[in-house]
Amino acid sequence: MIRRLLLLLPFLVFVGLAFFLYRGLSLDPSARESALWGQEFPSFTLSTLEEPGAEVDESLLRGRMSLVNVWASWCPTCKEEMPQLLALSERGVQMVGINYKDARDLGRQFLEEFGKPFEVNIFDPAGDLGFELGVYGVPETFLVDANGIVRYKHVGYITPAQVDEVMAEVEKWH
Amino acid sequence: MALTLKSRCCVVIVLLLASFQSMADTAIDARHFEDPVMAERYRDLTASLRCPKCDAQAIDSSDSPVAADMRERVALMLHEGRADKEILDFMANRFGEFVLYNPRLDGRTWLLWALPAALVAGGALVVIAFVRARRHRRVRPLSEEERTRLSSLIHRHRERSE
Repeated sequence: MIRRLLLLLPFLVFVGLAFFLYRGLSLDPSARESALWGQEFPSFTLSTLEEPGAEVDESLLRGRMSLVNVWASWCPTCKEEMPQLLALSERGVQMVGINYKDARDLGRQFLEEFGKPFEVNIFDPAGDLGFELGVYGVPETFLVDANGIVRYKHVGYITPAQVDEVMAEVEKWH
Repeated sequence: MALTLKSRCCVVIVLLLASFQSMADTAIDARHFEDPVMAERYRDLTASLRCPKCDAQAIDSSDSPVAADMRERVALMLHEGRADKEILDFMANRFGEFVLYNPRLDGRTWLLWALPAALVAGGALVVIAFVRARRHRRVRPLSEEERTRLSSLIHRHRERSE
């Protein structure tokens, strides 16, 4: 009897393996968990794109939920994303931009051309804040709640179809 | 002395290859460390950190901007005198567990680390059981009854084949 069951063993191993491999087929290989989920937004002291003399820090993100979008004028998908960001800001989300590894005049020009969804833009020319946020490809979007905790991260550009998805996260953490 | 066409071609090809080689060398920045131990640690660390932008490349061989930033930070932290583990934790805290080619042991990864050991142990058990079963197999002489039955069977078989 036991010998009969042993004969079934390779089959069972096969079934187990097939299950995991089949599941693997539907996984997105470029999906990454964010290390920042549930963590405080990193501290920083930087100027804003609008005012070179201004100094802002992480307290900017306290007291109100904000959607922080990392963008750059050299990033083509950021242009594609602007209409969606404008739509989100029209729906009452406070938008904060991080102008990542960019030059001031180019960043400003970009906003003039493609729209201004952001209440303020943190100017991060060296990409230091981006590094603290674990940014590896622009655009990236972080949802930061009123206590300054990162609640959601979206890597890559927000497609028109994903606006509702992002809005649902905004309402969830409100 | 005039070169033949063939050898001219050879020279051109060799020069081309040499220029490609130097391009490949300059693509990934080589860093200079005074301390050979630190240089070795830098090589090991940059080889064991995965580039978050590219799917199957360590940061030591990747051209992506984020890999360059990470290499720079690794070098900086080495000069600051940080431990290897500190540097790896620093990267994982920002870019996620994904960047570690050797994942840290925690609630989700224990199976990954334990499974190979468990398989080796299981295999050893099977081998031991096999060897023991063989050793304990004893040869028992046939009983009288069995012997007569055997000879009658052989007899019948011979008759049939004749």
